[in-house]
Amino acid sequence: MLDSKIPSGKLDDKWVDYKGHCKLVNPANKRKMEVIIVGTGLAGASAAAAMGELGYKVKAFCFQDSPRRAHSIAAQGGINAAKNYQNDGDSVFRLFYDTIKGGDYRAREANVHRLAEVSANIIDQCVAQGVPFAREYGGLLSNRSFGGTQVQRTFYAAGQTGQQLLIGAYQALERQVALGNVTMHARHEMLDIVKIDGKAKGIIARNLITGALEKHFGHAVLICSGGYGNVYYLSTNAMGSNVTAAWKAHKQGAYFANPCFTQIHPTCIPVSGDHQSKLTLMSESLRNDGRIWVPKNLGETRKANDIPETDRDYFLERRYPAFGNLVPRDVASRAAKERCDANYGVGTSKQAVYLDYAAAIERYGKIEVSKQGLSNVSSEQIIALGKDVVKEKYGNLFNMYAKITGENPYEVPMRIYPAVHYTMGGLWVDYELQTTVPGLYALGEANFSDHGANRLGASALMQGLADGYFVAPYTVGNNLADEIYNAAIPTTHPAFEEAAKKVADRIASLKNINGKQSAESFHKRLGKIIWNECGMSRNEAGLKQAIADVQALKKEFWSDLRIPGEINEYNPELDKANRVADFIELGELMCVDALAREESCGGHFREEYQTPEGEALRDDENFMYVAAWENKGAHEWQLHKEALKYDVIKPSQRNYK
Amino acid sequence: MSQNTMNLKVKVWRQKNANAQGAFVTYDVAGISDEMSFLEMMDILNERLITEGGDPVAFDHDCREGICGMCSMYINGKPHGPWQANTTCQLHMRAFKDGETIVIEPWRANSFPIVKDLTVDRSAFDRIIQAGGYISVNTGNAVDGNSLPIEKQNADDAFAAAMCIGCGACVAACKNSSAMLFLSAKVSHLALLPQGAPERKSRVLNMVAQMDKEGFGSCTNTGACEATCPKEISIANIARLNNEYLGASLSAE
Repeated sequence: MLDSKIPSGKLDDKWVDYKGHCKLVNPANKRKMEVIIVGTGLAGASAAAAMGELGYKVKAFCFQDSPRRAHSIAAQGGINAAKNYQNDGDSVFRLFYDTIKGGDYRAREANVHRLAEVSANIIDQCVAQGVPFAREYGGLLSNRSFGGTQVQRTFYAAGQTGQQLLIGAYQALERQVALGNVTMHARHEMLDIVKIDGKAKGIIARNLITGALEKHFGHAVLICSGGYGNVYYLSTNAMGSNVTAAWKAHKQGAYFANPCFTQIHPTCIPVSGDHQSKLTLMSESLRNDGRIWVPKNLGETRKANDIPETDRDYFLERRYPAFGNLVPRDVASRAAKERCDANYGVGTSKQAVYLDYAAAIERYGKIEVSKQGLSNVSSEQIIALGKDVVKEKYGNLFNMYAKITGENPYEVPMRIYPAVHYTMGGLWVDYELQTTVPGLYALGEANFSDHGANRLGASALMQGLADGYFVAPYTVGNNLADEIYNAAIPTTHPAFEEAAKKVADRIASLKNINGKQSAESFHKRLGKIIWNECGMSRNEAGLKQAIADVQALKKEFWSDLRIPGEINEYNPELDKANRVADFIELGELMCVDALAREESCGGHFREEYQTPEGEALRDDENFMYVAAWENKGAHEWQLHKEALKYDVIKPSQRNYK
Repeated sequence: MSQNTMNLKVKVWRQKNANAQGAFVTYDVAGISDEMSFLEMMDILNERLITEGGDPVAFDHDCREGICGMCSMYINGKPHGPWQANTTCQLHMRAFKDGETIVIEPWRANSFPIVKDLTVDRSAFDRIIQAGGYISVNTGNAVDGNSLPIEKQNADDAFAAAMCIGCGACVAACKNSSAMLFLSAKVSHLALLPQGAPERKSRVLNMVAQMDKEGFGSCTNTGACEATCPKEISIANIARLNNEYLGASLSAE
C-alpha cells in the first residue's frame, strides 16, 4: 500500500505543522551525517548548498565537467512566485489552484500547496544571492505572464532565467565546496544504488575520465538528475540529459510514477532534416506578445507577409478567447497539431505554424511614440521603435532563431512546432520526497509530484528550487534524525563490492557485444517509435505496436551494439550506450503506462477519449490516481495506485475558453 | 529554404589523453547540408568512424543551444568559429563553402589540460569561483526581494556581466591565456549589486590570487577575449576589476 505521508490538518497548515514537528539533527551530529546528491541542476545544486550550509557532509555528483552546465541553465522564460507585486489578485491559493488545474487534476493537493507557499521565499533567496532579475525603472522587480494563468507572477532575467538561477545555486554550492562541506565529483555518472538492509546507503559511480568505478557511502541518497525527455531522441533537453540515475533507482525498488505524462512544448523551432540532433525551444514568454496563426485557406501559396488579415486563422484566439495565445502548453500544442494534420501547416515541411510579432512591434512602437512625446511619426519609425522594445525583451531568443533558421524574425513570422520538453512523470515520492526505497529521495524534475499531467510554464524552476532549498533540508533531516545511531559504513562492505561487480559486469557485457551499430543510431530509432506512438496523441493499437517494437529494438541493441575504445578510459560512446540501454527500458514502461490510462488528461491524449470539440476527456471516476509502477524483472511491472483526493479544489473539465 | 549539400575536409586535433603526443588528422565529410549545425556535422563524422571501427573524435557539448558553455572548439583559428557572438553548437554549416578544409583544435592553455582530442579540463574556473565568486548568504536568511530597490542600470549591467557561460573562449583567444575576462565578469556582476558590497574587497583579492595560482597569464589589453566572447562580455569589466583590485589592495594595507 502506497503511503504518501501527507500530514493531517487543514491544507494551509500542513507544511507549517510539519516543519514545527519534524525531527531535527543537532549540529554536532550533522557533521557526521553523509548525504549523496546525484545531479547538480537547480534541484541538486540548491539541495547540496542548503544541506552543506546546515553542516551535513555532502557529496555531489554530475556527469558534466562542472555543476554549472546542468540543463536547468537552458530554461528561458521565468520562475513563478505568489508575490502579488502587481496587485493583480495573486495569492498562494491562486498559484496553487492554477497549478492543480493546469496539471489537469492529477497532482497532489498537499505537495502543490507547499510549492506555492515557498515560492515567494525562492525569489527572496535568489535576490539575496545576487541573481540579477529584470527590474523596473523604480528599481523593483519586474513580472510577466505565462500560460494557464491570468495574473503576472513570473520573475525573469531576459530569456536566461534558468541560467541566472542556476549560476546562483552553483555559486552557493561552490561556496560550500570552499568551506569543505560539499565535495564535488564532476564528470562522474551514478550507475547504481547500494542498498543495505533495504535502505539506500550509497552509490556506485563511474569516473568518466578514467573509467574507474568508485564506491561512495551516504546516510541518504538524493536523486536530482532531471527528466527523461531524451527518450524521444529529439527534444529540447541537453544531449547528455538522461534517465540512468532514476532508472537505476527504479530497478532497485523505487516505483516510477506516471511515466506517460510528458510535456510537448508548443513553441519550438521545427525539425529541418534527418541530421537533426536536438530541438530548440522558443520561450513561452513569446506568447505574451506573439500571435499564432495559420492560413485560412487550404493550399495557400503566398508568403506569410503577403497573406492579408482576412485570410489568417488565429486558431488559439478563435478557439480559446479567454486565454487566447496563453492557453497551457498541452492545449496549445494539440491545437497546432490539429491545424497541421488538417493540412493548414506552413513552411517546406508543412509541420509548422506562424508565431507573428508584427502586431506587437507596431503596438510597442506606438507606446514609445507617446512615451517619448513624438509627433508626425512615420509608420516606418513606429516599427523601428517597436523593434527596439521587442529586442530588449526577447533579443536573445530572436537571435537564436535567426542563427538556426537563417531567417530574420523581426521581418517575417517565426515558424514553430511542438517538441518534447519536460517530463511530469518520474520517481514516485511521498510528501517528504522519499521514494519507496527508504533513504532514497528524488527532487526536481526527477520526481513526479507537483505538475500532474501538465506543467505550467515557469513552474519547473520553482519546483527544483523549492525542493532543494526549502523542502529537502527539512524532510531529509526528519529521517536522518533516526540515522544518528548508525555510523558510516565502510565501502569495503560486501554490499558495495557486490554492487560494483554488477556494474562492472554490465559494462563489460555492453562492450563485449561487438556488433555493428552505434548507440546513437539505436537512440534515434527508439525516439521515432516513442514520438509516433506515445507522443502528442496515443491510441491502443499504436501503443501495443510500440511495446512490441521497443522490445524488438532492445533485443537488437543487446546483440548488435558497437562501443569503440576501451572501458578504462574516457569513453563518451560507452557513457551513451549505458544511457540508451536504460532509455529503451523506460520507453517500454511509458507505453505500458499510456496504454493502461484509458482517459485523456494534460499531456496524455488518448484519441479514444476526447470531447466532441477535440478536448481531453478525463475519467475521474476510474483514473483519478497516480500510477506507480514497480519493476518486477525484464518487461514486467506491477501497477500500484495512489488515489488522489481533492479536499479543497473541485475537479472540473479544464476550461480556457 | 532550400538545402545545399557540401563536401568538406576537416583537419582535427587527435590526442589520446593528457600525456600522449597529439597530431592533426584529416577526414573527408561528404553530403553535409548547409542547414546542419557544426556539431551535427561532427556527429556524422563520428557515426562514420564508429561504423568503420575507428575511434570517434571526443568533444565536449551538452545543451546545443548556446547556454551551457560546454562546447569548446577552436575552429579555423577562432574559438567557437567564424560567427560573432556565437558558440560552436550554434554555428551552422552555411558558414562554410563546398570543398573547404576546416581546422579544428581544442582550447589551448596550460591551465586547461587536454583530456582527449578536443575535450579539455576547465575545472580551474570552478576553483576561481570557489575563491569568492558568490555572496555569502545561507538559505533562509533573505529579506523580501523588493525591500532592496536596485537602480535599473546597475541591475542591467550586472546581468550583462552575469551572462558569462564559463566556456573559456576568452582564455583560448588570449595570447597570454589570461582568464581576466571570465574573472572580471563575476567580480563585476557581484560588485554592481548592493548585496555584493560586504565581501567586495576580499572577493576580488582572493579570486585574483586563485587565478594566478591556476597559472593563467597576465592581461595585456589586446581585446581578443571581448572579440571572441559568445555572450559579448565587455572588456570594460576588466577595467572595473582593476579598479576593484586596486581599491581593495590599497585599503587592505
